[in-house]
Amino acid sequence: MTDATTTPWTTIPSPNQPFAPAHPREAVPGGVGTNARRPDGIPKVKGEFAYSSDLWAEGMLHGATVRSPHPYARITSIDTAAAKSMDGVRAVLVADDVPGSKVYGMEHDDQPVLAWDVVRYHGESVAIVAAEDPETARRAADAVVVEYEVLDPVVDPEFAISGDAPELHPGTGNITRHVKIRHGEQDVSAPVVVTGRYEMGMQDQAFLGPESGMVLPGEDGGVDIFVATQWMHVDRGQVAKCLGLPEEQVRITLAGVGGAFGAREDLSMQVHASMLALHTNRPVRIVYSREESFFGHVHRHPAWMEYEHGATEEGDLVYVKVRVLLDGGAYTSSSTAVAGNAGRFSIGPYECPNATIDSIVAYTNNPPCGAMRGFGAVQVALGHEAQMDKLAAKLGMDPVDLRIRNAMSQGSVMPTGQVVHNPAPVRELLEAVRDAPHRELPVVAEREAVDIRQLPGGAANSTHGEDVRRGVGYGIGFKNVGFAEGFDDYSTARVTLSRGADGPIVSVHHAAAEVGQGLVTICMQIARTELPVGPAIVLPADTQVGSAGSTSASRQTFMTGGAVKQSCELVRDELLVRAAEHVGVARDGLRLADDGTIRNLADGILLDDVTELLATPIEVEREFRHRETFPMDPQTGQGNADVQFAFAAHRAVVDVDAGLGIVRVLDMATAQDVGKAMNPQQLEGQIEGGTSHGVGLALMEEIQVVGGKVRNPSFTDYLIPTVLDMPTVQMTIMELGDPEAPYGVRGVGEPPSISSTPAIAAAVRDATGVDITRVPIRPDDIVFGASEGRSSSGA
Amino acid sequence: MKVTLRVNGETVEAEGVWPGASLLTMLRDDLGLPGSKNACEQGECGSCSVLMDGELVCACLVQAGQADGRDVQTVEGLRGDGDGGVGDVQQAFLDAGGVQCGFCTPGFIMAVDHLLTQEPEPSDETTREALSGNLCRCTGYEKILDAVRLAADRRRSGSAVATTGGGVRR
Repeated sequence: MTDATTTPWTTIPSPNQPFAPAHPREAVPGGVGTNARRPDGIPKVKGEFAYSSDLWAEGMLHGATVRSPHPYARITSIDTAAAKSMDGVRAVLVADDVPGSKVYGMEHDDQPVLAWDVVRYHGESVAIVAAEDPETARRAADAVVVEYEVLDPVVDPEFAISGDAPELHPGTGNITRHVKIRHGEQDVSAPVVVTGRYEMGMQDQAFLGPESGMVLPGEDGGVDIFVATQWMHVDRGQVAKCLGLPEEQVRITLAGVGGAFGAREDLSMQVHASMLALHTNRPVRIVYSREESFFGHVHRHPAWMEYEHGATEEGDLVYVKVRVLLDGGAYTSSSTAVAGNAGRFSIGPYECPNATIDSIVAYTNNPPCGAMRGFGAVQVALGHEAQMDKLAAKLGMDPVDLRIRNAMSQGSVMPTGQVVHNPAPVRELLEAVRDAPHRELPVVAEREAVDIRQLPGGAANSTHGEDVRRGVGYGIGFKNVGFAEGFDDYSTARVTLSRGADGPIVSVHHAAAEVGQGLVTICMQIARTELPVGPAIVLPADTQVGSAGSTSASRQTFMTGGAVKQSCELVRDELLVRAAEHVGVARDGLRLADDGTIRNLADGILLDDVTELLATPIEVEREFRHRETFPMDPQTGQGNADVQFAFAAHRAVVDVDAGLGIVRVLDMATAQDVGKAMNPQQLEGQIEGGTSHGVGLALMEEIQVVGGKVRNPSFTDYLIPTVLDMPTVQMTIMELGDPEAPYGVRGVGEPPSISSTPAIAAAVRDATGVDITRVPIRPDDIVFGASEGRSSSGA
Repeated sequence: MKVTLRVNGETVEAEGVWPGASLLTMLRDDLGLPGSKNACEQGECGSCSVLMDGELVCACLVQAGQADGRDVQTVEGLRGDGDGGVGDVQQAFLDAGGVQCGFCTPGFIMAVDHLLTQEPEPSDETTREALSGNLCRCTGYEKILDAVRLAADRRRSGSAVATTGGGVRR
């Protein structure tokens, strides 16, 4: 429990605060820095919040999707006659029925709306049906007869790019992108060298609200789409192209989103339901089951990483050589951005004068991979952190001391040549987690005294303390906030100050997706702070206002928050002009005070109520852009590719049942620089939730892909952490601030997911002495040791 | 088929229910009560938790026909004197920050309401075991545990808001 005045975490002021805090004044009630309540909280606890799977319309039909059972096959025929003849079936559509472009994609248009010639992954969409009820729709989908000529799937990304594999996308060599970074000298040697190979499995976002939405056919021949998504405007562009409609005839409104974590960046049912709605001229709802959801979105890229670190005898990094191979699966999705991140962040937040980095993402016949919280940076953090521990062991140094010795700081140079010109508190974060108090932990040696619920395996009664070993491990990571490599990244906000029944009211309209993270609260808080003249409301997000960009890359508080702040400031300027005219004084020197009064230079109240200035509303819509970024040189990777970096560190304490290979995470301590804690309670929730994704990735979460087929598409077989698996997270929050960001904010969503996983892997190594090189860590990795070569993906 | 049951204190009849339907589907599609959520529909996530004759069940695992003649309490039946008319457990979730995307929230609220009627002052270990059938992907669970502690404290101290619906109250 927290309120505006107390927080359970420690706040560390900047050791070298480079600028004055953006907002030194006391918080406005409900404004920035307070624990303002989520405006959607009450409907959510009452069960009244309308998620995309709860929508209903008079006369609506239900859609279902026919999916490929094969990872790679040629379609020889599709027979829809039996399905069409079923009672209650209103449409059965295939690729020939796609009115516009038959392919779509966020980066490349390479993914079929419905496959027509070849299917390239298990679960690919082949046909769609609409029927009067969901059960009939499912049965009709089953009645569509698709004949396939089954082909040998390409499932090993190394083989895929070897030149010997069939090309899944002609002319690519199955290489989606190869990022090369050449920094400093390329042929250097060092007295101390450590090498390692590391592997990460395929994680799923596992949001709880399944892909779903409803499409209403419009009288103008267009569509009105209500869907849970992360970026409505990019959805709109893709949908319009596939439907052959102008963008203005595709209107999208955000329906309630049950979590996202990257999985809703790509289209799922948007085009399908639109085609069915236009074909039948009736509303169409599609709701995926959990099983279908595993086939309906992209996953986190599995990665195979080879590292070589060279250092001096004193522990200074001399060079790092990295090769990262990512499995992008059948289609591009956001693979090129993931590979870019994996390259740029591959050596971690450390200074190193020389680096040779190759980050390659391959096409295969495995499930398509794309965005998931922390993408690119999550994979390589396992590698760079394991290497730092290995190097520390070889040098006989403390692992935290070695990290601090090489820690990046403000002014450090990235492998891309980019100077880190904002605070980079790597040392401070490491010291904070190292010095965090150790909790009183259950003692495992005394069999009789122990509560088995606190041991590995818990109430499963698998140990009473025998062969249980404790370990402590550290991890740190960083990532860019916002879109990189020259992308024109912006957000739009329309702010209206008008006269309501009870006085002035501020309404904020933007298209940014609230996915649970609490952006809707933050925007309300910003409006309260900048225009403290009355209540602030945030209108439903839709495409009737300009693009907000994606709810991803930890960017929305920075970008849409920045857009709201900027528009509010312009509204305030106009309000002061009107006040000056109204009272008959000069505009200069007037200000809007936190109590909603307009004051002059002497702080005298000129107007205590602005209502009379609002005979006509004041409305401003503006785009907000962050500092320009630039592409990476294709041969050397050099370039100022990133706008902002965000850092987090974790310390993990684990108990391991070394006999059974079961791990229990006892304690997680984390430290993160957030720039500005906009809403402390929500911030804590982001850090705790992000840490839980890292716990899951370290210990249990993996989509099992065998021969290109997904073997565990359910919550019975794909495990995410329960409340029994998650420890309480101790937090140290730093507010160093980025002077170029509104209020100094740094993105906070992704960093906790980056450093938590390597910390747990390190703790398991510390507990057992086993060289853990792969996550998720499987019991047999611990019991039988080295895990290399026992890949779960691949044939 | 036709199913007659009590839902949130009122007798209701659902007509034309598909015989293969679950209680969850019937609540959501036939009775207009979408508060219970459809996250996994195989009893793993607890998002559809409701009380049937006072017992906590996953509505997705109960056949609609099995609910005939039974008393079902859903999240829509929990109301009280809290903010916007919410009950005490709901108020605790709001105050503790236990809601993010909210898809798991109705199920958690029913499970916590049930826990606190069975065990008014649960230890953290007891709470964790009791809620281990409810998945949350957003919060990492700590704020949900805070909500349980807060709701229990308020009931013990008599400061909980008046609440109707849900489990049997002391």
